[in-house]
Formats: sequence, C-alpha cells, structure tokens
Amino acid sequence: MASREQILAALRGAAAPAEPLPATPARGVTHYPDPVARLAEAVLAVGGALVRAPTAADLAREAAALAQRLGARRVVSEVPEAGAGTVRLSDISDPHDLAGVELAVLPGAFAVAETGAVWVAAGELRHRGIFVVAEHIGLVLRADAVVNDMHEAYARIRFEGPGFGVFIAGPSKTADIEQALVIGAHGPRSCTVLVVG
Amino acid sequence: MRVALFIPCYVDQLYPSVGLATARVLERLGCEVVYPEEQTCCGQPLANAGFATLAAPLARRFLDVFSEFEAVVCPSGSCTSMVRNHYHGLVGGDPRYPAVRAATYELCEFLVDVLKIARIPGRFRRRVGLHQSCHGLRELRLASGSERRVAPFDKVAPLLRSLEGLELVSLSRPDECCGFGGTFAVAEEAVSCLMGRDRIADHLRAGAELVTGTDVSCLMHLGGLARREGAPLAFQHVAEVLAEAMG
Amino acid sequence: MSADHAGRAARFAADEGRARWHDGALWAVRQKRDRLAAELPEWEELRERAARIKAHTRSRLADYLEQFEREATSRGAVVHWARDAEEHNRVVHRILALKGITRLVKSKSMLTEECGLNAFLEARGIEVVDTDLGERIVQLAGEPPSHIVLPAIHKRREEVGALFHRTLGTEAGLSDPTALTAEARRHLRERFLGAQAGLTGVNFAVAETGGVVVCTNEGNADMGTSFPRVHIACMGVEKVIPRLEDLGVLVRLLARSATGQPITTYTSHFHGPMPGGELHLVIVDNGRSRLLADPAFQGALACIRCGACMNTCPVFRRSGGHSYGFTIPGPIGSVLAPAWDPVAHTSLPFASSLCGSCDDVCPVRIPLHDLLLERRRQLVAGPGSISPGKRLAMRLLGFALRSPARYQAAGRLLRLALGRGPRWLLYGPWNRWGRQRELPPAPPATFREVWRARQGQGAKGVGGG
Repeated sequence: MASREQILAALRGAAAPAEPLPATPARGVTHYPDPVARLAEAVLAVGGALVRAPTAADLAREAAALAQRLGARRVVSEVPEAGAGTVRLSDISDPHDLAGVELAVLPGAFAVAETGAVWVAAGELRHRGIFVVAEHIGLVLRADAVVNDMHEAYARIRFEGPGFGVFIAGPSKTADIEQALVIGAHGPRSCTVLVVG
Repeated sequence: MRVALFIPCYVDQLYPSVGLATARVLERLGCEVVYPEEQTCCGQPLANAGFATLAAPLARRFLDVFSEFEAVVCPSGSCTSMVRNHYHGLVGGDPRYPAVRAATYELCEFLVDVLKIARIPGRFRRRVGLHQSCHGLRELRLASGSERRVAPFDKVAPLLRSLEGLELVSLSRPDECCGFGGTFAVAEEAVSCLMGRDRIADHLRAGAELVTGTDVSCLMHLGGLARREGAPLAFQHVAEVLAEAMG
Repeated sequence: MSADHAGRAARFAADEGRARWHDGALWAVRQKRDRLAAELPEWEELRERAARIKAHTRSRLADYLEQFEREATSRGAVVHWARDAEEHNRVVHRILALKGITRLVKSKSMLTEECGLNAFLEARGIEVVDTDLGERIVQLAGEPPSHIVLPAIHKRREEVGALFHRTLGTEAGLSDPTALTAEARRHLRERFLGAQAGLTGVNFAVAETGGVVVCTNEGNADMGTSFPRVHIACMGVEKVIPRLEDLGVLVRLLARSATGQPITTYTSHFHGPMPGGELHLVIVDNGRSRLLADPAFQGALACIRCGACMNTCPVFRRSGGHSYGFTIPGPIGSVLAPAWDPVAHTSLPFASSLCGSCDDVCPVRIPLHDLLLERRRQLVAGPGSISPGKRLAMRLLGFALRSPARYQAAGRLLRLALGRGPRWLLYGPWNRWGRQRELPPAPPATFREVWRARQGQGAKGVGGG
C-alpha cells in the first residue's frame, strides 16, 4: 500500500472522538474607535513607523522624504502615486538582482489595528521576495482599509487560486542572542507604513 | 456544623501543631470538630509517583473513613486535590465517591466558601510572605494565578490580610513552584533545591519575616533549605497563623 | 555519567550563576507572554476555541488532509506523503537530487530535527544551512537546539562571539548582539542568494485553501523561498486546520504565547508555487497516527509548538533544553518522548514537580501536567522502566499506609530516627533530601496522640489492625 493510503488508513483507524467545529468570532472583543490611531501604536510597538499622508500629493512627498532620510538611491516603487522609484521590478528578470534594493515601496491591501500588521499580496508582484530582500520597506495603504483585528482580517482574505500573501508587522527582527532585540535580522531594517487619506 | 478533620499523614506524624491549629480555627468559628482515627494517608505520595494500583486501596480506605461526613476539612491543598481531582481513576466507580468528593475541602476554601468568612478577628503583627502551593492554586483554584487571564480572586490572601498588623509582602514571582513535588524533591534534588532557594531569596528580598502557605510539604522543603543556609525566616502553616491570631 | 534528565539537570544546575541567568532569560519571555495575553480580554475563550478547533480536526484528520491535498494540488503544489523519518528524508533528498541541487537553505522546522534531515542530506553531499539565527548558531556549534522557538537561549553573547570568530572569521572578542546579528546577516545573505532550494516548516496547513502558513520574525523563510525556484515545506499530519478563518484564532494565540508579541513579523501564506517555480509539500506521519490512536495522549497533537510551556516551567528554566535528550524538550517534550522511545525517555515524565503552570499557559489547553502523571502511571504499570529499589520502597510504603497500626508503627520509627539518630548517620550520602536541606524535626507526639489527650479519650477508633 502506498504511503499515502497507509497514513490515511492509520489516521482513520485511530477513531479520535467526534467534536464539533466551533464557530470563529467575527470580531475581537476590543473595538478600536479610531483604527488608524490604534494602528499607529501597534506599528510602533513592532518596531515600525507610521506616517499619515492626507492626500496623494502628500504621499509622494512622504515617500520621497523617506527615501532621502534613508539615503536610498535604488528605490523600487510598486505604488505609482508614491513615485516611480529608480528601479522597476518589471525590468528585473532574476530575483537575485533584487539584492541591493535600498527601499521598496509596496501596496498594502489593508492593515490590522490590533497587531500593526499590513497584508501585502506580494504574490501579485513581479518578484514576491522584494518585501523581504529590500534594505527598507514602505507599505502604502488607505486610511479606510484598517480592520479591527485578525478575525476581520482573515474575513477579507481569499485564495481562490495560487497566490502568496503575507502579514508584515514592522521590520525584520530577532532576539536569538541573549534575548536582546535586534532590528534587521535578514529582512528589512526598517518598515514605514504610509497611510493615505 | 460538624466537620471531620482530614489530617495529612506527614502532618499527623511530623507537624501535629498544624492539625491542632486547624481544629482550633474551626472550633473558634463554631464548628463541631471530629477526628476519625482510622485515617492514614490519602495515597498521594504513591499516586503522584505513578503507582495508582498501590494508591487505590488507600483511596477506598479514605471513602470508608469519611463517607458519613457532610464536611471533611484538610490543611493541605495537595491532599484535598488528590481526593477531589485524582480519585476518579482509583475509586471512580464507587457510589460513595461523588458525595465524599463534594464534601472535602481545603481549610481556607472551607472558611471562605462554606462558612462564608471574609475576615478573621485577630492580630498578627508580622511581615508575611505567602507561598501559593501549586496543587491548591492550579487544581483547587484557591486563587486565580498569574498565568490565566481571569477576574482575579483569592481565598487565602484576604484571610491573612484581615488579621490586624499582618503585612503581606509583594513577591517578584508570586506563584512559582517551590520545587518539592513529592518524589521530585529527591529524584531531581539539584533542581528542586535551586527552585526552593530561589523562593527563599524572593521572600527575603521582599522583606518577609515569616513564610506561610496551605501545604506543609512546601514549607517543610523551604524550611529545610532555609535552616541549612541560616536564612532568617520562620515558617508557619496558614492554620497556625490564623489560630495564633485568634488567640 | 548519568544520561537521564536528573543527571544532566544536576550538572546544569551546579553552575548556579549560569542556571539563574538561563532561568531569568526564560522567565522574562514568560512575563512578556503574560503582558500580551492580558491585552486580549477574551484570551481564555480563544484558548478554549483553539483547543476545540484542534480536537475537531483530529476527529476528521484524514478527511482534512485529503481536502488539503486536493486544494494544494489544484493550485500547483506537489504533495508527498512519508510514513516515517526515513521516508521523509528520502523524499526530500529525491526532490533535490533529481535536480542536482547541492545547496539548501532551511528555516525552522522541528519536524526536520525530529527526522534528522540535516545529517541525512549532508551525508549525501547536500549543504544544508539553517537560516534562523538561533538555529544557525547551534548548527555552527554542532549542537541541537535547546528550545523549539529560542534555539540558542542557552548561549551567552560572548560564546556566540567566540563561535562566530572560530567559524565565520569575525573579529575576536565581539559580543554585542547587534554587531553579531549584522555579521550573521551578511553571512546568511550570501547563502540565501546562493541557495538552489529553500526548505521551510509549516506552522499551519489550511485544508480549505490548500495553503501553508509560515511564521517568522527574521524573514528567513521568505528569504529562503524567494530566490531559489524550489520550495519544500515539511509538515506533520497534525498541522492541518480546517479553514482560513481558524487562523484568526490561532494566529492571535501563537506569537503572544511564544515570544510575547502580538504577531510575528512575517506571517506568510503560500498557495501553490511562485510562477515558474515548484512547491513540494511533504506530509509526515512518523508516529503521529499511533499517538492519535492513543486515547490518553492524542490531545498532545494539538500542540502548535509555541514553547510557552518551556518558558513557564521552573524545571526547564533551571535545567536547560539539552537535559531532556529529545528533539522537543520541556513539558510537551516529556509527554511526547515516551511515545517515541519509552526506554530512552523514562526519566522525562519525572522531570517535573507537576506544578501545572504549563497547563495554564498552553494556548491550546493541553492538560500537560495531567498527561505527565498519566505517563508516570503507564511507566509504572509497564515492565522495566522503574528501578526495583523504587518499586520495593513504594510497595512497602503502600503496605504500611493501608493499616493504622502499621502506619503508626512506621511513623514511630521515622520520628525515632529523626529525633535520636546521630547527625553523621542521618545525613550520610544515602540521604538525598539532606544534601542541601535540614530534615524536619521530630515532634514529641503525633497529632493523633495529642488529639486523644486533648479530648480526654483513651479508646481507639473503629477499625485498625
């Protein structure tokens, strides 16, 4: 019998006691009346920064200021309103050439006030690894696209076909050496959330 | 109210003052206290080491001795928990078990939940560290504990705090295990003693003069360590503290 | 030299300074967990829900795995099944060997530790680089991880500095964690860019959508799967969960329990391969179906590998993960280990004071301390395992306690010894209690005797003999 059949038969034969599947809550108990304000706190708590840009023009300005602050010359922008960047993802055929991108400005579909995480449908980008290989990232999202908590977040996610999506909560970090928090383990050394509107 | 005393075997043999104090506290609060002399041991030392078959006759014996009483009170969280939470595998089928289980209480929970006592009249002018013994805390739920996110409650500390002059010190780890754990105390002696010494250091740092708790086993272990290292700490069971305060 | 937990733990605890440092480091993680759990008023309800999601899934595990396979395959993933560690290793090797791959990067997977994958692949000419910083540290040191989430928690910064100096050629005397991490970033970036395949573990496998979820703080799982075109994800059969929405419950519990964060930096959801790439999902049994068939211990399969039980365990903190001698240490490891090898892991269920703290922090409410007690019962009931000396002592104790007369006689002997025994005899090397503790003093009379005197009674009670 093939391994698959053997394993499935063994699992079925185990006859674990029947248990109903509980409903999952539609929302967490704590409701944040000002989701963006709460998001700002949460992003800070995970080591990121949050910048508000009331208009599209503000966005372009903030993105440019971010790049300048970081001294970033190789900039990828997948958000046209934030600027064109200096490197186009579509021009890169080998993902290895992404190494050396100093700032990647990427679109966030929505963010989660409870955790400070931004959902990025990176699978839709030409090279999904840009979110982790860039030295710094900027995540752009609309102010009305901030949900309360992870339950509301998962209600917005679909994977009808193949794809890749990631919750990004701040910059890459580790505490593996004596529990001392170090920002910028393998991924980006900073994460700025740009909230438009 | 008629109360039968369930005195742990090692309390009977080595710490009779704790049993006496328990009786005095209950009598002072209006109970008629009896002591069924045929009792020996609830079986916990055997059961905890995995020797369920050896513990089963002791559990049956416990039912023989205590089944006629409406209230059985014990100055030990772990022995009480043995009866309430660990007898089902040993005498679960016995028709007397549900009633005995429902009737068996640790001393503080009996005062608070059955006698509805919130305060004890009396004086005890010492700085006291409360050691929250694990079985009493996490199996009998004598208090909410530091791990769970539930509305805080405590059946032991308020009784102590109600004594005039008693100052309950603030520990850095209010409910970490002392390291006794039954045969663990000997089988894993090194870690057991390190755990106990850390508790003692916590109490000393917090300014305790006396350490109290609901289980003599913990106090015996901590007391043994304290005496060996010459730590300036006295050890008294909660029953002894209450009895002394009540006069 | 003792190979059991007690022996190893004694050696760890003997270096009190180090043991206290290790204890303090893990206690701090436990405190972070407490703070982050307190942020969610519904924390206890979430634990209960998670426990029930896992219990339900176990009751229909084969169905959910088949659904997962269907959905994953329809999205372009290739699903493999492995009955045991050996087959898992061969499956992974075959995927790599068929493509001539010799450079693999790996993010954290306790399953691959369990299967001994690294050694298997290295023996066949494949370089395996563990990319989680803690895992890389222990890999360079030639040690197993000592904690499932914090693999190098037992290493001091100076030791890491010396290790990097020896193996990576970094400057001698470097000990600042930031500087050391920067060195690791440089060193591992080369490996990521040069890798030909990336292997990850799986935190959750979603049956509804055929996707696998991988949670990291460093981003190493994503670095490892964004450059190479081949991604291999290995999972135990118990990792599957029914629906995407169940992640709402589990993700809210995982990082808070593990490290005291609201969420890990990256929670990556892989559905099918990247365009032009390959995604291989390896579903592994290796004893899990046997565990599922064990009514006493099947609940242990709920484990989401958060490590909270290790952080809260006062024994783990003072003995270190290596003293357990099993892939997974601490309370959950001590429950699981005897299922894999009851003889080798006899000491583990006794490496606990049964304080119950682990039960109360477990995000999926596994009754860990009850399971440890059940392991003890089964070890005692089975052949071997328990020393004849211990069995005899317990039988004698049981014999003495069954009769009031024998019990009282034994008590009299004990008090006589305690009261009259000369110190050199009482505190001889045979007395393990007395190594660091004073024995209790012997009172002049028992409670029973004092009570009788107090009540003015002379008669005995009913029963006896």
